[in-house]
Amino acid sequence: MTKKMFWAVFSLLIAGLMAGSAFAAEAIKIGALLSVSGPASFLGEPERNTAVMMVDEINKAGGVKGRKLDLVVYDTQGDATKAVQAANKLIKDDKVVAIIGDSTTGNTMAVIPVVEKAEIPLISCAAGFKITDPVKKWVFKTAQNDALAVQRIFDHMKKQKISKVAIITVSDGFGASGREQLVLHAKKFDIQIISDETYAPKDTDMTAQLTKIRGSEAQAIVCWGTNPGPAIVARNVKQLGITIPLYMSHGVSSKRFIELAGDASEGIILPSGRVIVAAQLPKTDPQRKSLLNYVENYRKRFKVEGDHFGGHAWDAVMLLKGAIERGADSPATIRDQLEKTEKFAGIGGIFNYSPQDHAGLTSEAFVLVQIKQKNWTLVK
Amino acid sequence: MAARSKEKREIIIFLIFVIAVLVIPLFLTGSYLINVFVFVGINTLLAVALNLLLGYAGQISLGHAAFFGLGAYISGILTTRFGLDPWFALVIAALANGMLAFIIGFPILKLKGHYLAMATLGFGIIMFIIFNETVSITGGPSGLPGIPNIQIGPLIFDSDLRNYYLIWIITLAVMLLSINLSQSRIGRALRAIHDSEVAARVMGVNARILKVQIFTVSALISALAGSLYAHTMTFIAPASFGFNFSVELLTMVIIGGLGSIYGSFLGAAILTVLPEFLRVLQDFDIIVYGLMLIVMTMYMPGGLISGLQQIIEYAGRKMRQKGGADAAG
Amino acid sequence: MDSSRQLIQYILSGLYNGAIYALIGFGFAIIHNATGIINFAQGEFVMLGGMLTIFFLAVLNLPLLPSIILAILFSTVAGVAFERLAIRPLKNAKPLIMVIITIGASILIRGIVMVVGGKNTHAVPAFSGNDPLYIAGATIMPQHLWIFAITILIIIANRIFFNFSITGKAMRACAYNSQAASLVGIDVKTMVLISFVISSAIGSMAGIIIAPLTMTSYDVGIMLGLKGFCAVIIGGMSSGLGTVMGGLILGLLESLGAGYISASYKDAIAFIMLLLILFIRPEGLFSKKETERV
Repeated sequence: MTKKMFWAVFSLLIAGLMAGSAFAAEAIKIGALLSVSGPASFLGEPERNTAVMMVDEINKAGGVKGRKLDLVVYDTQGDATKAVQAANKLIKDDKVVAIIGDSTTGNTMAVIPVVEKAEIPLISCAAGFKITDPVKKWVFKTAQNDALAVQRIFDHMKKQKISKVAIITVSDGFGASGREQLVLHAKKFDIQIISDETYAPKDTDMTAQLTKIRGSEAQAIVCWGTNPGPAIVARNVKQLGITIPLYMSHGVSSKRFIELAGDASEGIILPSGRVIVAAQLPKTDPQRKSLLNYVENYRKRFKVEGDHFGGHAWDAVMLLKGAIERGADSPATIRDQLEKTEKFAGIGGIFNYSPQDHAGLTSEAFVLVQIKQKNWTLVK
Repeated sequence: MAARSKEKREIIIFLIFVIAVLVIPLFLTGSYLINVFVFVGINTLLAVALNLLLGYAGQISLGHAAFFGLGAYISGILTTRFGLDPWFALVIAALANGMLAFIIGFPILKLKGHYLAMATLGFGIIMFIIFNETVSITGGPSGLPGIPNIQIGPLIFDSDLRNYYLIWIITLAVMLLSINLSQSRIGRALRAIHDSEVAARVMGVNARILKVQIFTVSALISALAGSLYAHTMTFIAPASFGFNFSVELLTMVIIGGLGSIYGSFLGAAILTVLPEFLRVLQDFDIIVYGLMLIVMTMYMPGGLISGLQQIIEYAGRKMRQKGGADAAG
Repeated sequence: MDSSRQLIQYILSGLYNGAIYALIGFGFAIIHNATGIINFAQGEFVMLGGMLTIFFLAVLNLPLLPSIILAILFSTVAGVAFERLAIRPLKNAKPLIMVIITIGASILIRGIVMVVGGKNTHAVPAFSGNDPLYIAGATIMPQHLWIFAITILIIIANRIFFNFSITGKAMRACAYNSQAASLVGIDVKTMVLISFVISSAIGSMAGIIIAPLTMTSYDVGIMLGLKGFCAVIIGGMSSGLGTVMGGLILGLLESLGAGYISASYKDAIAFIMLLLILFIRPEGLFSKKETERV
């Protein structure tokens, strides 16, 4: 009797162990450095939410090649020091094979020396062109270059025969980068920047700067910033009775901007990722399906619509998934596979990486939209 | 005799501390903790600098991040845009900051209490705005990348381990000097000013000059920390040098204990490491931070060092009581 | 013609921004006069005014006026709680301790609002519409008139309270010399409490009337609080005309500076003025010089 029992228990144990090991295919650890709180939370929070949501979705569907993804997220609070510390922790303590982030160009630049030394691939959600120009072996990015947005705006202006432009930009990383690109590309489009104003992120009144602009010969205004500043600019523009066209940046491509600016949002033109006009895209658009899915799923889980910025994290996660699906599972192989990504239809655009191009997007990544009656309409 | 043995004890404590600092990395090869301790070192340097002003001389500064940032930017700009040797740039940055502090020290330190706090706050914010807006010089909000590591001869300080030793040797030296300062005549004069500036003046202490001098030294050390920070991170951005960081520094000094150099180390260590533990709380960490400030200030004004001392004393008393009771019983 | 139009616009903008700084400055002045403390958390009451109004409007769907009244009430309760829990236990603490405590409190209040209300910015409806008004070639919004009106009302109310009511006079007595005041039977503790009540009420009111223009979020309080403080330093902590003048001067300098010199350094103007006044005339431009007691 005892001998039988012993063998029964023993075989149960063995069976249990085998069953256990079938599910214990080692998880793949990825890290994320995102500025969830602090001055860049408008970037970091939707990015974190999206990353968590996508990893959950992937794991629910059985993981990638049978292996679950283990996402470790650290809030860098928009601070370079914390970003570097968190990057070190991800690499040396959590032993991740790839890192997503950071949300801001500044933090990404801070972390680049760390990942290059440790040879861990980094997929940044920030837009600064310095991140991938010149190309760094281990660094990729998913956010569209500000240069592409600027080109879209100037392109439209040229068609409208606008040649004298006033710019008003916010004095943070996003605005400074936009300003740099605006100044850099103006000449190519025969545009002269005759007024170069700035405002601080928490400024509550821009009438002084706009009064100066009103008194100049500007034929159009470009405002480059993220909520709430541009909403105040829009309102001030209306208050001062300024009638020349007002262009904004993709920093305000969210319904929230229309809510904040109210009636003052009428007629504003801005470049945007396709995510905000997903429903209006032709059915043949390769991004349409992923876009609609993303917007819906984000809304279900977080009660607000998925936006342009969260999309950067969506792209990063899915690009990683793609690389792993193609057989990569170590930092070096993931990097190699990422570099081979072709025609990936993401939220930000259609990605094509190569050894010379770790940014992957063209100006097609942006569409031009205009706000009409508190809604987005595509501008042809 | 008692003074002698007290001095001996203090030397032993310091030696133990030095040995601990020098030896710890050997147990931590390859761990991310070395990186953490690099930043603990920089923060300790900053906290000690602030403590000299705050704990010894009793002058409030809400803008010390400005000196930190100025040191970092001068060092960063001199090495990236003008190709200066990092070591040389470090010295220039420290001296420049010292000079600036000396000049503005005279008008600023005439103020007292809240007014001094606000003036230093204003100074800090003005410096931050300058860091942010002078894009062509500082790189603006997107930061200044590509800062070279420090190099002494053939030795390049490009790894966490090397930077750990570089920073901690400097920090230990500064700690030693500060501890000596507190025992010296100058230290006593500073404490006198802290207690009552008028009384100190009556006793012949040249309060005005002394305050400015300690302000200068404090700024110099902060700038030194800034340079070390710049050459370790190889990247700096204005966001790290704003009002928030000035408050963090103040918190380090308060938590550790005003006037206690070891307290500054403790405060710096806790605040550098704390985010690790608060990570689980995500957004709630800012609430914990505010609560901590209030509670510590209200219930433990001497900081953790005095709390520790009290615990040790209490334990000592209890043991003696027990010994006495045992002997009696 | 256009340059005079510009100048008028700068002046008007400066005045209505200055009125806001003045209102916030009142809060600082009243608490400082009663207790000698600078309340770093003052800006957070401004923030609470706006955020609580949004809460009552959008979440509980109350109409505008009840939302405003409730917002002021709840902010005042927060002010009282703050006074009771953090200020009262530390009757004679050094300035350093009070500075840390009020900074800690401002971090705490901000953190709670951030966790409960989120990091987003919210729009508050204007009290009387969004159509600009024209004055001598420059434009202002109806909301700006509300700001001027309420600022004037509060100045008058302050005047009446501090000069003609027993409680007000008692508070002024505390400000001059709290020991002497308690000797003549004034309950200093209650005066301190009342000063917090008034400051948080005024602060939240300021936050509510500017919210339709500036929108509100959990961190609007920081800069506004600091600028309000600059206003009282420039004008003098009199909680009367001096503070108002300080606010208006600050607003004008900012507006003219941004218009004629450079907008990038607009914020720096406030703090440079702060430093200058502290160096040259620390009691403020419109206060009588006091001798410092040893």
